[in-house]
Amino acid sequence: MQWNSVSDFFAMGGYAFYVWGCFGLTAVVMVGESLLIRHQRTELISQLRNELVSESTSL
Amino acid sequence: MKTRLVHWFKFSSPQNFYFLAGRLWPWFAALAGILMAVGLWISFFVAPIDAQQGQGYRIIFVHVPASQMSMFIYIVMAAWAGLGLAFNTRLSGMMASALAPTGALFAFLSLVTGALWGKPMWGAWWVWDARLTSTLILLFLYLGFLALQSSIDDPRRADKACAVLALVGVVNVPIIYFSVKWWNTLHQGASVSLTAAPSMAVPMLWGMLTMVFAFWMYTIATALARVRNIILDRERHTEWVKHAVE
Repeated sequence: MQWNSVSDFFAMGGYAFYVWGCFGLTAVVMVGESLLIRHQRTELISQLRNELVSESTSL
Repeated sequence: MKTRLVHWFKFSSPQNFYFLAGRLWPWFAALAGILMAVGLWISFFVAPIDAQQGQGYRIIFVHVPASQMSMFIYIVMAAWAGLGLAFNTRLSGMMASALAPTGALFAFLSLVTGALWGKPMWGAWWVWDARLTSTLILLFLYLGFLALQSSIDDPRRADKACAVLALVGVVNVPIIYFSVKWWNTLHQGASVSLTAAPSMAVPMLWGMLTMVFAFWMYTIATALARVRNIILDRERHTEWVKHAVE
């Protein structure tokens, strides 16, 4: 084990801002990109469904 | 021989690829999650403290995977773009467009994690060093690709224009890779190469490689999930899409 205590772990030997900044930002970007793709998919599908409905009612 | 060709070209149809990608991406996402968990555990609990950089070196476990991903994605994107120009297949342009945003994000992460590493170790967020500057150009190439794509209304014409940009820009990737050899840079040389023994402790190497594979799986899952959106959008007037969204 590399760490003596939980606070020792979070302190990262004095590099807390830099190390947690890197890992945190990467996590935010990856989670954000995944959610964005899912959001785009639900938006697109509801848009396509609306187009289908308006097509069938205009006939 | 002929039957095999037919079999592979089957998946170059956007319709078939849409369903194939839908079956595949959850597996890649699951693999990414597992590898990420193992990689983070090695990064923080197995890999020892570095003799020179203390705990600060642990930035390597996101910086190197993000940086190599930003270069590989560009090569794969340019290869898809080139295939699209050569064979005029619609799916190729869609794959190139699906990869570009993820590549841009990794180039951005590479630069920011590099800055967060540079500040405590070099004393500067940014230097106009060959490695850093060529990576910044890579980010601009991705942004140029995305801007060009969205500025042309006809997606097929946009694909062709973007393919040319992607292929011309690929010259930058070897420049990034070899920049630390060709010029005297502040950035350190490669820690891992195919020709020499890795210049790092074994648990550090395993942590880094696990994170690299996790990022690969993440990228494949993301590109497959995004290309499904692109296919639905571009094929919206076909009967199969109407059936698929019903």
